[in-house]
Amino acid sequence: MKMVGSRALLECLQREGVDTIFGYPGGAVIPIYDMIYQFPAIRHILVRHEQGAGHMAEGYALATGKVGVCLATSGPGATNLVTPIADAMMDSVPIVAITGQVKTASIGTDAFQEADITGITMPITKHNWLVKDVNKLPEIIAEAFHIARSGRPGPVLVDVPVDVCRAEIDFEPIDAVEIPSYRPTYEGHKRQIKKAANLIAAAKRPLLYVGGGAIHSHAENEVLDLAVKANVPVTTTLKGLGAFPETHPLALGMLGMHGTAYANYAVHECDLLIAVGARFDDRVTGKADEWVPRAKIIHIDIDPAEIGKVLQPDVPIVGDVRNVLIELLKMVEPRPAKQWVARIQELKRQYPLFYAPDGALHGQQVIQEIGKATNHRAVIVTDVGQHQMWAAQFYGFERSHQMITSGGLGTMGFGLPASIGAQFGRPNEQVFCITGDGSIQMCIQELMVASIYKLPIKICILNNQYLGMVRQWQELFWESRYSSVNLESSPDFLKLADAYGAHGIRVTRPEDIRAALDESIAVTDRPTVIDFRIAKEENVFPMIPAGGTVSQMVVKRPAHFGPLDPYISGEHIADDCDEDDDVEIMPAQPPLPVTVN
Amino acid sequence: MQSQHTISVLVDNKPGVLARVAGLFSRRGYNIESLAVSITDNPLVSRMTLVVNGDEATVEQITKQLHKLIDVSKVQDYLGVPIVARELALIKVNAEVKDRTALMQLVEVFRGRIIDMSEKTFVIELTGGGEKIDAFEQLLGVYGVRELVRTGRIAMARGTRGI
Repeated sequence: MKMVGSRALLECLQREGVDTIFGYPGGAVIPIYDMIYQFPAIRHILVRHEQGAGHMAEGYALATGKVGVCLATSGPGATNLVTPIADAMMDSVPIVAITGQVKTASIGTDAFQEADITGITMPITKHNWLVKDVNKLPEIIAEAFHIARSGRPGPVLVDVPVDVCRAEIDFEPIDAVEIPSYRPTYEGHKRQIKKAANLIAAAKRPLLYVGGGAIHSHAENEVLDLAVKANVPVTTTLKGLGAFPETHPLALGMLGMHGTAYANYAVHECDLLIAVGARFDDRVTGKADEWVPRAKIIHIDIDPAEIGKVLQPDVPIVGDVRNVLIELLKMVEPRPAKQWVARIQELKRQYPLFYAPDGALHGQQVIQEIGKATNHRAVIVTDVGQHQMWAAQFYGFERSHQMITSGGLGTMGFGLPASIGAQFGRPNEQVFCITGDGSIQMCIQELMVASIYKLPIKICILNNQYLGMVRQWQELFWESRYSSVNLESSPDFLKLADAYGAHGIRVTRPEDIRAALDESIAVTDRPTVIDFRIAKEENVFPMIPAGGTVSQMVVKRPAHFGPLDPYISGEHIADDCDEDDDVEIMPAQPPLPVTVN
Repeated sequence: MQSQHTISVLVDNKPGVLARVAGLFSRRGYNIESLAVSITDNPLVSRMTLVVNGDEATVEQITKQLHKLIDVSKVQDYLGVPIVARELALIKVNAEVKDRTALMQLVEVFRGRIIDMSEKTFVIELTGGGEKIDAFEQLLGVYGVRELVRTGRIAMARGTRGI
């Protein structure tokens, strides 16, 4: 069938199942925008800044597991997508970015609104294409979606010159994509899986360390089955939150720099670490060569380049983590591990997440109340900073695709647009955007989109009038020199909500949190902005300093717990075990928590 | 332990592939000692030969990252594999009449060829391993090397072994 390139492009998108595109028009993409009129099944969401379009595509992808699509014009439109694309690369988010380009003959001449976006995004895409021949367009779009969603997912970019959009093509749909040089490994090596099963059988203190890969591969049931069958406690990364229900007795919550103390102690004490779709990020390991000092490591990941990148595993298994876990489950025998599970429970009792109940409005309490008000079922989208860590620590995630956050790149401004993308992808669910007074101002313009489409997103600003995380580092590591972190001069967020057509609520006292949340939940025809005026100089604890070890962890504990519970002492554990007990004696040098009260 | 690795990479013969490979090295902070690219017996495939210095873990990470590039179909680190490896040099050297006989003898000993002659200069073509070319360059120093260009190493495994 003869048609122009722009129609072929949209035909291809429709065939890929695209129902929503987030974009912003401009000269080079007018042919595409003109054609969108003729595709009623594809909804175009007009954003207010291309960065918003990129993060919306990410939020859509992370909430649905489908590929997100964003569209921008050449030059500045394309360069405004760079941050979301880099964000998607770090967090393995499948998005397809389509950019306009100046006409083929003008490429390389510094034409108006020209930028070499394929060159610019080469290091931050899984792959990208400049379409020079309209006849290649269907093949390239098919490859783009295939590469974005298969293997380790990631962003791709297709740059389409304006004359290619207007050129004629004899369109034939592409049915199957075959890229000989790109064949991800989905099945784990049987012998390696057997070795892993043997290590699990021999382990006395095994620990599952679950990352975002488990969510991408939909392995949450298999993670649960393995944990229950072999009695293996589970800690998740920031991106893995939701892969294991946090109400489960084996759940340890998040680990790492601001992870729970008990998760970090469990990592320190375990004798087998089973890494599932996780990449040993520096925010997880701190000083990598002193991390998991006593453990053998099984590393299951679909990306061979992650194996051995940070720590050399004893048993590497390359494959889709769900497939590998299914095979592993067949070989793993049930095991009781009573002592180890009891130890975990004791650590959880001794080092709970804690903030001072002093009557002030605490961000942690706001998050806890959101958890209660939504019965831990809402989709939580965060920005980046202290509020993000409190959300990770205190919400209590129960299912996958529930926590949407910028982990690897740490992109302030991600939250609001990503929550809009998430709400478009999951229209029937409650979406909460947990943000800070710094982060919200980085993409505040997208509030208009939420209002226009009557999206009932609850935007909870944990407003401490500081760039709180930077201020915390300055307080702890830079002798409280608060350089350029003061945000006291900010807009009145209630007036701003009003200006954008959103509902606004301000909360200054802890006793008003729940009423405000209930009020926001009752508003279903527009977004609600809640300005929580939280304690100004609150810090996120526990905290392991960057590049540090568990022995440097700063833990905040209730005063009546006393400075150091004797149970943490290694000798005490040794005494606690019977002679014929099969639990190994804990080493004499336990992690020493520093108590801050 | 640092050692020198010769790595052959088969890539799709498409625009931008060289930039993808070179960019991967620079952004991950790896240095390339030399790089040679050409087409192969299959016009759809190009072959790159890279020489890099690094410890085992670093080079393993490089080869894995190379594998992740969509356009890369094969990566072979030849460390520990018997190979033949060559590079080509063109050297423009001062060749006064009084020095010409000696220069020609030197070229003959190294099995090079004089491919251009002017009143004052020779251009000498020489192939061989890197050390041989280094040695030749050094011996030419007394006459005055005006210009020198080398291709970088190309390599393949000895015998029936393929890439």
